[in-house]
Amino acid sequence: MSGSTAAPDRPDERLVRTSPLRKLLGRPELGSVVGAAAVFLFFAIVADSFLRASSFGTVLYAASVLGIMAAPVALLMIGGEFDLSAGVLVTSSALVSSMFSYQMTANVWVGVLVSLLVTLAIGAFNGFMLTRTKLPSFIITLGTFLMLTGLNLGFTKLISGTVSTKGIGDMEGFDSAHALFASTLTLGSIQLKVTILWWIALVAVATWILLRTRFGNWIFAVGGEADAARAVGVPVIRTKIGLYLGVAFAAWVSGQHLLFSYDVVQSGEGVGNELTYIIAAVIGGCLITGGYGSAIGSAVGAFIFGMTSKGIVYAEWNPDWFKFFLGAMLLLATLLNAWVRKRAEATT
Amino acid sequence: MTATPDSTAGATAGAQADAEPPTGSGPLVELDDVSKFYGNIKALEHVSLEVHAGEITCVLGDNGAGKSTLIKIIAGLHRHDGGRFLIEGEETVLANPRDALDRGIATVYQDLAVVPLMPVWRNFFLGSEPTTGFGPFKRLDVRMMRETTRTELLRMGIDLRDVDQPIGTLSGGERQCVAIARAVYFGAKVLVLDEPTAALGVKQSGVVLKYVAAARDAGLGVVLITHNPHHAHLVGDRFVLLKRGVMSGSHTKDDITLDELTRQMAGGSELEELSHELERTPAPTLPGASTATDDTP
Repeated sequence: MSGSTAAPDRPDERLVRTSPLRKLLGRPELGSVVGAAAVFLFFAIVADSFLRASSFGTVLYAASVLGIMAAPVALLMIGGEFDLSAGVLVTSSALVSSMFSYQMTANVWVGVLVSLLVTLAIGAFNGFMLTRTKLPSFIITLGTFLMLTGLNLGFTKLISGTVSTKGIGDMEGFDSAHALFASTLTLGSIQLKVTILWWIALVAVATWILLRTRFGNWIFAVGGEADAARAVGVPVIRTKIGLYLGVAFAAWVSGQHLLFSYDVVQSGEGVGNELTYIIAAVIGGCLITGGYGSAIGSAVGAFIFGMTSKGIVYAEWNPDWFKFFLGAMLLLATLLNAWVRKRAEATT
Repeated sequence: MTATPDSTAGATAGAQADAEPPTGSGPLVELDDVSKFYGNIKALEHVSLEVHAGEITCVLGDNGAGKSTLIKIIAGLHRHDGGRFLIEGEETVLANPRDALDRGIATVYQDLAVVPLMPVWRNFFLGSEPTTGFGPFKRLDVRMMRETTRTELLRMGIDLRDVDQPIGTLSGGERQCVAIARAVYFGAKVLVLDEPTAALGVKQSGVVLKYVAAARDAGLGVVLITHNPHHAHLVGDRFVLLKRGVMSGSHTKDDITLDELTRQMAGGSELEELSHELERTPAPTLPGASTATDDTP
């Protein structure tokens, strides 16, 4: 009996040496990286202008707008929950900021800060309702999604008389806010939007939190096995509310970008984006049931999305094909992920 | 028996060091006439037990006897509705599992409270992760976490293939041992084990029981929940028998034999009745003929 458990001096004979390649195969984002390379090659071949430096800036911009939201949504999914209200929350955030500044004729920064508070409050509401009622997050955030969609349109019409807000381009503080949320940086011949920096920063922070902090450990735990997590003392409720606050913060950043890149906001925007965020996270290797995934994967997912949406334009195809590509990509990526994970786990 | 084990338990304590008065020979945890109701259902009534340092208290009972309810009360998942719950002589109501952990009561559940997809080292420290650095750079002490997991498991005799492998890929016995090692490392004074051998084979059960005994020898008070009297009698010092939510017996090792324990555990007289019934069944006939010979006069 003791023979089987006594510590041997040599490495365990049951252990096949793990090659670095095998370790790489075990990473959640691997499938998406392979997918991204494939998409890149595909459009590099079919679309001549795809490889131009200027195109690169455009692709990155499209990716960043999505990626800013996809990172916290990925964390939320690893934590085992969904947020269907994330798409319209971006619009709500922009609307609050714009209308508060305009109606109060205040410095736009006041509106920006008020918007931050309101957006975080909505995120907290999602998290609070979820943890209090213990209903599925799908239902709770579907409710928030519909309510926000209605509120966006209703309030905007009530206050502005139309479906879009009044322009705030000439108001105090607009220029500095524009610089922070919607400016363009020129790097050689490439035009880079500032959202790309926000994107990189958010993904870096999300990755840091996920892999190197206690909170990150808790995210994996509440998504993987919430009861077990609670039993060993993980604050499950606080973790989930924190994740919704993260999504809300990113929605605020995206909302301000939306507002300051055009100076008006269409109140009907944002519907449907919530699914795109989830798609990017899933393509990036997040398990739909929670407990597994990565923030970097969500960035790769967003990058695939950016390449596809712009690549179709550069290939001079009808953009109607985009949705088909996205769907096919989602299926392929998920299949590839499942296959890779199975291979990697079978050999441990 | 009190001084030395206590100090070794204190030495392994990483998390809590406060409130450690020399408790003499009093029980670490004592339930006195405890009851629990779920609505109008009496889950547990008038149950008393004592857990002493360096001893194993076994709770035996059939399915539905109230073992799980008892565990949940000690672990802080449920509050008791009647009677007294004393920790080191002090009457207590635990608010949540964290509260129980802070008071040195660690519970290893049947489903083990591990997150299958997470690596072993992350699971080992889950809920009590050590950090290093300050302010925004406060981060997990990953190196220490990996090394400690490895060495602590080695001390229990488990040479893990890879601390990075998902804990779900370990065998049931190994997982059980990881959970026990975790509790011991975090300085538990009382270790509650929920059917640690239920799903295991003979050999694995033996391994797990050895770790249970090792935890006892380290000075911990152990509560071992089981429905296997053989395992219980092998390591136990005290035995509490539960039957349909009430206590049907309470013994120390000196005043009960394995046979008697098995008899009581199996329902005593009920088992005798059953054995009579079984004896009365006709002697085994040939398989082919069995249906035909049913009611022959």
